Amino acid sequence: MTGVELLIWVRGPGLQLSLAAFILGMTYRILQTYFLGRAKNLAEPRGSPWIHGMKTMWWRSFFHPGMTIRGYFTIISGYTFHLGFIITLLFFDQHIELFKSWTGLSWPALPPLVITVTAVLGIAALVAVLVDRFADPVRYLLSDYQDYLCWVLTVLPLVTGLLLVYKIWLPYTSLLVVHIISFEILLVAIPFTKLSHVFTIFIARWYNGAIAGYKGVQS
Amino acid sequence: MAKPKTLAEHLEHHEVSRRGFLKFCALTTSMMALPPSMIPTVARALETARRPSVIWLSFQECTGCTESLTRSHSPTIENLIFNYLSLDYHHTLQAASGEAAEQAREAAMAENHGQYLVAVDGSIPVKDGGVYSTIAGISNLEMLKQTVEGAAAVVAIGSCAAFGGLPHAHPNPTGAVPVQDLVHDKPVVNVSGCPPIPVVISGVLAHYLTFGRIPDLDGYGRPLSFFGTSIHDRCYRRPYYNKGLFAETFDDEGAKNGWCLFKLGCKGPTTYNACATAKWNQGTSFPIQSGHGCIGCSEPHFWDAGGFYQPLSAGIAGVGTLAGVAVVAGAAAGTAAGLMHHAKRKQAQRQHEKVTVADLKESGS
Repeated sequence: MTGVELLIWVRGPGLQLSLAAFILGMTYRILQTYFLGRAKNLAEPRGSPWIHGMKTMWWRSFFHPGMTIRGYFTIISGYTFHLGFIITLLFFDQHIELFKSWTGLSWPALPPLVITVTAVLGIAALVAVLVDRFADPVRYLLSDYQDYLCWVLTVLPLVTGLLLVYKIWLPYTSLLVVHIISFEILLVAIPFTKLSHVFTIFIARWYNGAIAGYKGVQS
Repeated sequence: MAKPKTLAEHLEHHEVSRRGFLKFCALTTSMMALPPSMIPTVARALETARRPSVIWLSFQECTGCTESLTRSHSPTIENLIFNYLSLDYHHTLQAASGEAAEQAREAAMAENHGQYLVAVDGSIPVKDGGVYSTIAGISNLEMLKQTVEGAAAVVAIGSCAAFGGLPHAHPNPTGAVPVQDLVHDKPVVNVSGCPPIPVVISGVLAHYLTFGRIPDLDGYGRPLSFFGTSIHDRCYRRPYYNKGLFAETFDDEGAKNGWCLFKLGCKGPTTYNACATAKWNQGTSFPIQSGHGCIGCSEPHFWDAGGFYQPLSAGIAGVGTLAGVAVVAGAAAGTAAGLMHHAKRKQAQRQHEKVTVADLKESGS
């Protein structure tokens, strides 16, 4: 298969299959989690579980003082990576064209220089958390292969994207193929690894908030 | 028998000036990515070259390649040099027809065996024994085999001959294949493009005349000197791409300001050709300069590589139906998993036996 044939495949069937695997996997995971069910709470509700669930889902995305009890490193590196990755994914004009081809929706893009900064910050934060994972003996012992796999799958689209935009190392066609493949592998992996937290974190937050709301306490 | 004239003698006879000839040599040298010091060498080689016999075979094609070659720079030295190649067989340009034309081809093959060049435009249908395109009752496949047998080299002109082109596009009803799939024992140069740039065709032939061999080729068999850089790399709109300034439609402010055409489907980043440097119509312009994105016509499978107006970063296949199927399949699998879990829990509840005081007494005794 030549480079051009590979590009046609990754932009066509490759993208279709990976997106289908992502949608199928996430639907499966969410419904499977939902059908686990919970024991019926027979106590009288002291507040609205729905409202508290939604509030918690929103507010836990933001910084609050209690989060720094174990230091600032995880907080800063975590925010930097997640914001860097999300901004790069959602506000680079060429990515918006992809979402537009899928949904028909588009929105304003950020300048390429800003996207370069967010991508570089995202990569830097990922490197920092990896170093910390090795340096901290407790975290190192708790890590398994999936942690490293997820790290690689997450950093690859950022690195290959930067190489592509600045056309470093390989011809544009090859870099585009590598970048799209790295994204497609990430899409397929998300539902079946710890990366499924891109969705399940919101379910977990809602549930924590709903329990607290039912009891009439702050989550 | 009179000694064959050299190219210089032909040019002199047709009153082509020395200045005009040297300008062509300089352009050709530059296009071949050779240093200026090579201009005298190129000029000397072309002056003393005997006209090589060229047999031009037209198969499944639209004649656009010939149109491009003959109409673009007329009347310039490129056309002249092509006239002074001994073009012994060419459907569109030769005066002879019918049996006389085929005899001219056979005579040229016999007289120049092992030395003539074969130029092919159009792909070759091979399905059902190649019956879908014939010339004088001979299938394209058979004619190519016959003609290439005694050739020094083959030049596949245009994307159909180089990569299969439009006839090769899905579903390829005639089983069309490019020249390189059929010719394995002769050097093959692919001069792709739909059509190819005239100066690239003449440049490849000039290279053969100058050095007696085909030029260095890229991974797709194209001359590196012409296909070594992408349209994107040489595009004058590149700074707008770098700044993220794109035309969104063909008549918006961005288009009027000459911004990058990436979002309008320009395939310049993945297309390798000399359009942005050699240009068309006597160096006047090229598609991007005229306000339309590159369609990637010099790349293999460009007809099957998605819509001409789809950006490179967008998918080229619809996802709606497949996404719907994925949701249904995922929901079914998730529900089934949930029901299985539910059934398991119920079974565990049914099998659960409560420990009574009597059981405790019994176990304690």
